[in-house]
Amino acid sequence: MTYLLRRLAVFPLVLIGVSIVVFVAIRMVPGDSITAMLGTEAGLLTPQQRDALAAYFGIDQPWFVQYGRWLLGLVQGNLGISPTYGKPVLDVILERFPLTLELALLSMMIALVVGMPAGVFAATRNERLSDLGVRIAAMIGQSTPNFVLALLIIYTLSAGFGVLPAMGEFSPLWQDPLRNLGQLILPAITLGFAFAASVTRISRSAMLDVLSDDYVRTARSKGASARSVIWRHALPNALIPVVTLSGIEFGYLLGGAVIVEQIYALPGIGRLVLDAILQRDYALVQGCVLFIAFNFMIVNLLVDLAYVALDPRIRLGER
Amino acid sequence: MVQHLTRKLLSGMTLAAMLGIAAVPLQASAATLHMAWSQDATGLDPHKQTAFSSLRLLELIYEPLVRVDANLQIVPAIAESWQFSADGKELSFKLNPKAKFQNGAAVTSADVKASFERILDEKTGAAARANFLSIASIDTPDPATVVFHLSQPDVPILTAMSDVNAAIVPASEITAGSVGTKAVGSGPFKLDKWDPNAKEVLSANRDWAGGATGVDGIEISVLPDETAILAALRTKQIDFALLNDPLVATLVPKEASLQLNRVPVLAYHVLQLNPSRKPMTELKVRQAISCAIDRQEVLDTASLGEGKVTGPLTIPSLATDPSQLFCYKRDVEKAKKLMAEAGFADGFSATVIGATGEPPTAAAEAQVIQSQLAEIGVKLDIKMMELNVYVDAWLKGDFDMAVALNGGRADPYTMYNRYWTKSGNLQKVANYIDDTLDSQMQQGRAETDPAKRKAIFAEFEKHLAEVSPWIWLYTSYSYTAQQKNVAGFVPTPTGTLFSLSKVTIQQ
Repeated sequence: MTYLLRRLAVFPLVLIGVSIVVFVAIRMVPGDSITAMLGTEAGLLTPQQRDALAAYFGIDQPWFVQYGRWLLGLVQGNLGISPTYGKPVLDVILERFPLTLELALLSMMIALVVGMPAGVFAATRNERLSDLGVRIAAMIGQSTPNFVLALLIIYTLSAGFGVLPAMGEFSPLWQDPLRNLGQLILPAITLGFAFAASVTRISRSAMLDVLSDDYVRTARSKGASARSVIWRHALPNALIPVVTLSGIEFGYLLGGAVIVEQIYALPGIGRLVLDAILQRDYALVQGCVLFIAFNFMIVNLLVDLAYVALDPRIRLGER
Repeated sequence: MVQHLTRKLLSGMTLAAMLGIAAVPLQASAATLHMAWSQDATGLDPHKQTAFSSLRLLELIYEPLVRVDANLQIVPAIAESWQFSADGKELSFKLNPKAKFQNGAAVTSADVKASFERILDEKTGAAARANFLSIASIDTPDPATVVFHLSQPDVPILTAMSDVNAAIVPASEITAGSVGTKAVGSGPFKLDKWDPNAKEVLSANRDWAGGATGVDGIEISVLPDETAILAALRTKQIDFALLNDPLVATLVPKEASLQLNRVPVLAYHVLQLNPSRKPMTELKVRQAISCAIDRQEVLDTASLGEGKVTGPLTIPSLATDPSQLFCYKRDVEKAKKLMAEAGFADGFSATVIGATGEPPTAAAEAQVIQSQLAEIGVKLDIKMMELNVYVDAWLKGDFDMAVALNGGRADPYTMYNRYWTKSGNLQKVANYIDDTLDSQMQQGRAETDPAKRKAIFAEFEKHLAEVSPWIWLYTSYSYTAQQKNVAGFVPTPTGTLFSLSKVTIQQ
């Protein structure tokens, strides 16, 4: 409990650090909201016009004044207004987040359902032909860029079979579950492909380590069946690296899968951040990055707690 | 063959069913046009927006006083007629009595006056204000008549008024400060929903003075990847699409059910030299660069030949045959000689900047130019940048050379006064002006006789190519792709999608 409270107490400090870095970094990049809106036509503006637009976008003050204002709003639970969307930043993020969360969960599910059995299977057949086959497949999975896979899937389905998930308007799960699944399954497979490959490799090596441990030999010598040795004795102890990897990957996915969201035209957090950066929607960039950082910290915390659940020997926070 | 097709169809249907995917017949209901583009509008204020997609969306909602047709001729929009006074200092408009805003109010001269006053007000931040600085005052003798009094003869102002950046908005919305948050125009469609970077839903404006629209509505989806747009066209999810990338556009004709519309546009691809930086300060160096570049090769390599080599003027009725312009036929020997005469026989090093993906051919253009200029000893370092970073450097004139795709206008004065006049707002980008260019632009601005105007601008174009502050390369095409059952779309050099107002979907 003390550990949990201590971790939670660190959250605001990390978030403030992240916010300062993002706030300064995005403003150091040349160009601003005015050039993002007007492009080269911004050159036609008089200084007075530019000042008026700067005031409209809230970039007419020095950065530390802007940051102070923003921080004050944040303390009051207000992440600011996005000039692009004309709405509070938090509302825009929360509209996009369900898709990203669902996509991340689906991808992780695919990765674990495919990757873990494949890894265990390969470990139990170490150095045999089937092990080699799994390892080659995993290597292909890891080394195939997801945009290549996404484009291949789209091309094959549309040109070869004349089908494609409905693109352009996303249907939330609670409105039309079937259409929602149709829209997310291919992006989830695209993301899950490389994710599954990583899970396969890490499961295989973790299982190989565990299978050579003394307690596994003991279990075998006591006459435990091969299935029981693998699934009951060995696998739970091989799960920790898998949980670590899945936690990190899941954290990344909650930050949005920019390329996959772009190709499949999914309005998730990744596309939101990218568009916000391109349009120099500072409030939205800051809000999104803060939200992503918060999610990452929560996922890390959950991973740590999962260690304890998986291995009672681990005591969090003990020196 | 039949067996193969049946098997393919069955496997497709099975796959679709397994994935829960909507299968082939996703054809829109007959009266709604489903459309896609890769870049969305960035805002709804017609006076402030300059992004290509924003203008294309806003043209369907708002109307200016006049507009230009596919032949770049001025035709009525809100105004049914107009007239310049003999001295060219007064421009009068008679408004169409049927013109109505989408809130039901009639469009009156007071709305026109309020709209132009808003554009001219520096607090608005309207980039188009620069085109209307000659407006001294606006009279509204009656609700259907507007008279613009100009401080000097300004013929091109009429063309500038055809732009959606000069759209007429309700005076009441200006007073309420809601222009840009609410889209209330007098155009063929009403905006029902805008989810930025995702979707727009438009419905027909039954009160539009231009008559009935061909479809009940338009749904525009933002599909950021153009390969996905092509896939959506193939599977008939969408009826119509705007394409930017020639690599994708050239694949459209390979699909039997699709039609590619392409038309040369007014925008031009150009290598901008910076004549304020050495050695581009030297006329002979700039001319050498012009002579060393094979424009057709740049077009063929970077843009698959999809376009036409151009001189500075891209307006078909005014453009000079490029072969008549200075060094439009590549002459490496002449280029080397000019370099030697300028004292740069061994060449020099410079950096060329370009925006990643804007246009999609930018990097390829820079690479071809790099290899061509290497033949005269010019070592180019290519620096590709994110669009905003590029725009920032471009506006500051902070480059040796820049690969650019600059917008065109239906009138040469409006198109170029920003660069090639002494008071041009973008002189700091062009970094070159001489008395001849400035005086030719001023003459062209005041001249009302079309034949004399054409002669003035022909001289302007010839001189500009000779002094070579920039190396004009080519104009590309604007691409739209559609299902073959979509009828009535007229592509135009301005890239406008206004004719979607009369498009029909045949069953």
